[in-house]
Amino acid sequence: MSSPSPSAYDENETPKAGPKRTGEWPLFEVFIRGQHGLSHRHVGSLHAPDAAMAIKNARDVYTRRNEGVSIWVVEAEAIHASAPGDKEALYDPANDKVYRHPTFFDVPDEVGHM
Amino acid sequence: MYAQMIKSTGKGVKSLDEMDPQERAFQERIDAGGKIEPKDWMPEGYRKNLIRQIGQHAHSEIVGQLPEGNWITRAPTLERKAILLAKVQDEAGHGLYLYCAAETLGITRDEMFEALHEGRMKYSSIFNYPTLTWADMGAVGWLVDGAAIMNQVPLQRTSYGPYARAMVRICKEESFHQRQGFDIMMKMCNGTEAQKRMAQDAMNRFWYPSLMMFGPSDKDSVHSEQSMAWKIKMNTNDELRQKFVDQTVPQAEYLGLTIPDDTITWNEEKDGYDFAEPDWSEFFDVLKGNGPCNHDRLETRKQAWDEGAWVREGMLAHASKRRAAKLAAE
Repeated sequence: MSSPSPSAYDENETPKAGPKRTGEWPLFEVFIRGQHGLSHRHVGSLHAPDAAMAIKNARDVYTRRNEGVSIWVVEAEAIHASAPGDKEALYDPANDKVYRHPTFFDVPDEVGHM
Repeated sequence: MYAQMIKSTGKGVKSLDEMDPQERAFQERIDAGGKIEPKDWMPEGYRKNLIRQIGQHAHSEIVGQLPEGNWITRAPTLERKAILLAKVQDEAGHGLYLYCAAETLGITRDEMFEALHEGRMKYSSIFNYPTLTWADMGAVGWLVDGAAIMNQVPLQRTSYGPYARAMVRICKEESFHQRQGFDIMMKMCNGTEAQKRMAQDAMNRFWYPSLMMFGPSDKDSVHSEQSMAWKIKMNTNDELRQKFVDQTVPQAEYLGLTIPDDTITWNEEKDGYDFAEPDWSEFFDVLKGNGPCNHDRLETRKQAWDEGAWVREGMLAHASKRRAAKLAAE
């Protein structure tokens, strides 16, 4: 998952999480396509100095047991995500449109399979 | 477990009525079996607790490579060596999954490394015991990974999405670890007298430290109560320890090994074994840093981090040089 914007952690235990510090490898999100014609799927994330190394690392970290035949990596910073607060505005309108599902329509038995 | 003695806010669990609307909605979502995702609102205590717990779990996976890595060059056959190498590589992977899960809570991996190296974050007490013989590789896989699985399987249902997903991946791979350990034990228990003695010796040394992995009884702990309300802890320490003993006793019998506890008896009434508690003063002493290998483990870990610094920096420099060259060529 892409990281939320960093916020303060208890100073007594760990340093405050601030903006990315120098010397830290950037975070990449990893997507793997399995063997059976499915689309790439998000499997996790990892750190790497660049995209080429991110693919090498992803191969070691996420495909040790033939999990996939193709890897995508993308810098976590480049991902734009919908906000949790927008959930109602985005998804509620779909709730009252049951006619979008085929089961909304009754097909008489005589008609057979449709 | 891999995460022991995780302290929470310590204020006791609030009832739904005592919570403000935001917190109540959060708790109700958890109660209904919903998942919390990184960008969702969460109480500060939930976030801090999870960072501690996932971080400690991740550190345990990474430090846990050390006692086994010790035996990679000494494995008795090429096959055992390849298997052990694969297992240790898995542990590295498990650590990485978990660090990434913790990072979604607003801490970086390097910050967690620093906290580990400076002693502000812990790893499981179990890895502060030495692995003296090859049979210890069997005992670690069978008992230590077996105990870890007890805790990790229910955590697949934990309320924090990234943590639950990491646990699903880990559990898929962990079963191999336990079986390879048991396989080593079977081989040795069917071997020569000296091999059997070695297996028994490993059992003797790892039994109580394995029981300690679950942490002391937490039936009266407000910390545990809060963690369980938040579903970042799914069972009490005692429940998991009992389950582990019940599972392990018949396996030890099959191997012909004696559990170093004369008091173990089947208790029909509770449908489980009665057994002796480990020495908790030893446990607290090991947590404090006085176990046989605390110093060694942390020093090895720090050394690896420090000696790898030039590689990390060099690769970043190389990456930025290439980026600059690519920009210039455009």
